[in-house]
Amino acid sequence: MNPTATAGRKGPDVRSDCWVQIQARESGGLEIRLQSKVASMYGDSIRRTAEETLGGLGLEHAAVDLVDSGAVPFVIMARIEAAARRAGLYEGPGVLPAMDPCCTYGTTRERFRRSRLYLPGNESKFMLSAGLHQPDGIILDLEDSVAPAEKDAARLLVRNALCQVDFYGAERMVRINQLPLGLDDLEAVAPCNVHVVLIPKCESRKQVKAVDRRCRELLEAAGKPEDEIFLMPIIESAKGAIKAYKIAKASPRVIALAVGLEDYTADIGTQRTLEGRESFWARCQVVNAARAAGVSPIDTVFSDVGDMEGLRESVLEARALGFDGKGCIHPRQIRVIHEAMAPGSKELERAKTIVTAFNKAEAQGLGVVSLGSKMIDPPVVKRALRSVRLAVAGGQLEENWLEAEAGSSRGGDGK
Amino acid sequence: MTAKLVENAAGRLVPDEVNGRASIPFQGVGNYRPRGCKAAPPLVSCADYPADGNKVLSDLEAALRAAGLRDGMTVSTHHHFRNGDLVGNAVFEAAARIGVKDLRWFPSASFPCHAPQIDHMESGLIHHIEGSMNGPLGDYCTAGKMRGLGVLRSHGGRYQAVQDGEVHIDIAVIAAPTADPFGNANGLTGPSACGLLGFALADSQYADKVIVVTDNLIPFPCHPWQIQGNNVDHVVLMDKIGEPEKIISGTTQLTKSPDRLLIAEMTARFVRDTGIMRDGFSFQAGAGGTALAFAIYLKEMMIKAGVKARFIRGGSTQHLVQMLEEGLTHYILDGQTFDLEGVRSMREHPNHVDTSPFTSYNYHGKGNFASMIDAVVLGATEVDVNFNANVVTHSDGRLMHGIGGWQNCLFSRCTILPIPSFRDRIPVIVERVTTLCGPGELVDVVVTERGIAINPRRSDLMDAARGTGLPLRSIEELKAEVERICGGAPQTPALGEKVVAVVKWVDGTVLDSVRQVIE
Repeated sequence: MNPTATAGRKGPDVRSDCWVQIQARESGGLEIRLQSKVASMYGDSIRRTAEETLGGLGLEHAAVDLVDSGAVPFVIMARIEAAARRAGLYEGPGVLPAMDPCCTYGTTRERFRRSRLYLPGNESKFMLSAGLHQPDGIILDLEDSVAPAEKDAARLLVRNALCQVDFYGAERMVRINQLPLGLDDLEAVAPCNVHVVLIPKCESRKQVKAVDRRCRELLEAAGKPEDEIFLMPIIESAKGAIKAYKIAKASPRVIALAVGLEDYTADIGTQRTLEGRESFWARCQVVNAARAAGVSPIDTVFSDVGDMEGLRESVLEARALGFDGKGCIHPRQIRVIHEAMAPGSKELERAKTIVTAFNKAEAQGLGVVSLGSKMIDPPVVKRALRSVRLAVAGGQLEENWLEAEAGSSRGGDGK
Repeated sequence: MTAKLVENAAGRLVPDEVNGRASIPFQGVGNYRPRGCKAAPPLVSCADYPADGNKVLSDLEAALRAAGLRDGMTVSTHHHFRNGDLVGNAVFEAAARIGVKDLRWFPSASFPCHAPQIDHMESGLIHHIEGSMNGPLGDYCTAGKMRGLGVLRSHGGRYQAVQDGEVHIDIAVIAAPTADPFGNANGLTGPSACGLLGFALADSQYADKVIVVTDNLIPFPCHPWQIQGNNVDHVVLMDKIGEPEKIISGTTQLTKSPDRLLIAEMTARFVRDTGIMRDGFSFQAGAGGTALAFAIYLKEMMIKAGVKARFIRGGSTQHLVQMLEEGLTHYILDGQTFDLEGVRSMREHPNHVDTSPFTSYNYHGKGNFASMIDAVVLGATEVDVNFNANVVTHSDGRLMHGIGGWQNCLFSRCTILPIPSFRDRIPVIVERVTTLCGPGELVDVVVTERGIAINPRRSDLMDAARGTGLPLRSIEELKAEVERICGGAPQTPALGEKVVAVVKWVDGTVLDSVRQVIE
């Protein structure tokens, strides 16, 4: 019996995916049999993609069946490669699509991470438009949203997506599997301009260091030694919560510390409630550990996509506790999060006053910022600057509000 | 019959003869002005009708016999129940029992529920269909199996064709949720209430014979008489004429897709931020999940801005009804109720007014409502870089939608097409539309999830949109991005030489041909 394997999905409900079966042969070249609902428009293109991918994988003799439900080329490539690997016909570094220029933008340590949208790593249909909804970050998830039997296929799909999908400026994140499997995930994705790797169920600084080290090795091997991959460990257990500060300090690449409450509540032997008293300590612990380490504390996912009011309250609470961001699983949650993360109108007015005073002090070369007779402490200035930045990012405030206000007051002087 | 293909003013090849009758190729928007008089049904005398006003016959078969059904006649039915219509099929079952052949079916629209008509085409009972075809009927037609050419007309174009004699209806069968024995009928009440009967108006006035079929026969008078008994020959009582719950077919459900919601919201923002949304304005949002979501977003914006519309054109839904009841519009001018809330409102609210293709869309009218609307929001299967739009065929050439009022609505002051830029690797923004249904000069704005393209002909809209923060892009940029995502431009589907249907323009000229799809 010749080696045979399949990958991908087919069926009436499947969209944007491609089912592939590869059956190795001793001779006779490649026979590609295609069924596609877009055959009249992209039949030639699909065959070309298949031939090039199979060629890249070094397959010369095989029967290849493709049942396509409107998959774009990088998906077809990932499915063919997954089937070839499963059949034991290929073991190399893979056949990657070209890195599109839209995938090469960078990130910064300081950027907002108010919202991060989880996308199941083995589902291509959500990927193409996710960035249009303007989350601060998009997480291609290889962990809990992927069935154990599909981990290998998801890894290739995520890798190819990182080379081809425009996320329109969102931070490019990947949640790898728990170690040690997660280290293998890194091998596929690290060279593909991942901005942030999320480390699930993180319980020790050793784990963070292992991920950090592997990332650096892989970047060096890829000829990008000056690149950095930021890390966001997720605290999801009692042990992790206890070690939160050490985890946050484990590497200079850690930029944020997240908390995951589904696993955490199970780990401490209770259930998650809407009120969240059971996780109050852990959330405060993560906020304090993160702040102490100088990184951003990020709250858990709000998973009821129908409950926008609940989401809003949950974000307001997270913000009040000190968190900078919230996880979400549906694009419609993004705006609610951004609105709730934005400063209130009173807070914003005060922040604007402080920032104006701060600018004036700077212009005059004064070391001390004061409002009337009152001196403003540096942390208050820092918070005000952040509030104003948040308001600009959330569309509450024009980007040039300072000039606009200065302009209007000048206009007033002239009368 | 050897029709020649000629190139029309839109650069499309169209037959100069359709189903044995000479046809006129499209001459450009607003350029064709036929002369002559309107068509008219034969003179009748009231002396020939029962003085007691009772025109009830035992069943459809008896009524069709009394109406003189013969081979080759044209029989019309209507789609007020959309996919829940039971009368369209019943008429042809009765005709089959009578044993005639070669009928032309002239529905105001057909739906997948009419799939049994395929058997009647196979048996020879129906020669061909002139009306929208989708689902199984669309496949049958595009496979080249129908004997005559399909003729796709807009709702206004159907009225035009009847009024100028292009189509002569021998027998019209009108499904009426309530009627009296004289033939007065309306759609407002009864167990199968569907709202209004506007699509049957032309048929009741111009057909040789008119049969009203009802499942709610009440004593004279049935008022209001949307259909006047004075135009009706026979009345038939049936057990059930339609399933109003199926009016809510696929095209009238609110979308849950985050991308479609994004498109709907951007469309509403466009209407607001370009100043179209102002006190006393008007709009129309057709069927389709995105259009419905648009209306909901616009409603929120109207409330926030304290703006009230003068009128909204339906397809009414519960959402439009709420806007009327909450004082956000003075009127709903309704061509078709899309859900049962719409039916209720039309029955109860004096400012929820029924309209017809005559008032709204007719090319032979002395003006019509369509051109008086500030903004209209419509769907499309494809739009090309010249803003030409397709609404009837899929990119693979298959018939999948009717034109409905779509072509007529293009005459609004601002026509907006909110559409995804591609669907499952099928580009919607293309180089050249497969089938031309709407000339680009009438399509003003295309709103996709990847940005908004304004037709360069509308520099006023360009100016209004500048500085609003709306994501404006050229249509070529959108197309380039779609092709980047989909892996290049699509190859042109191989279509057959044979023309299987024609798309009429609102004036009765032939705008484009639909070719046979080769399996």
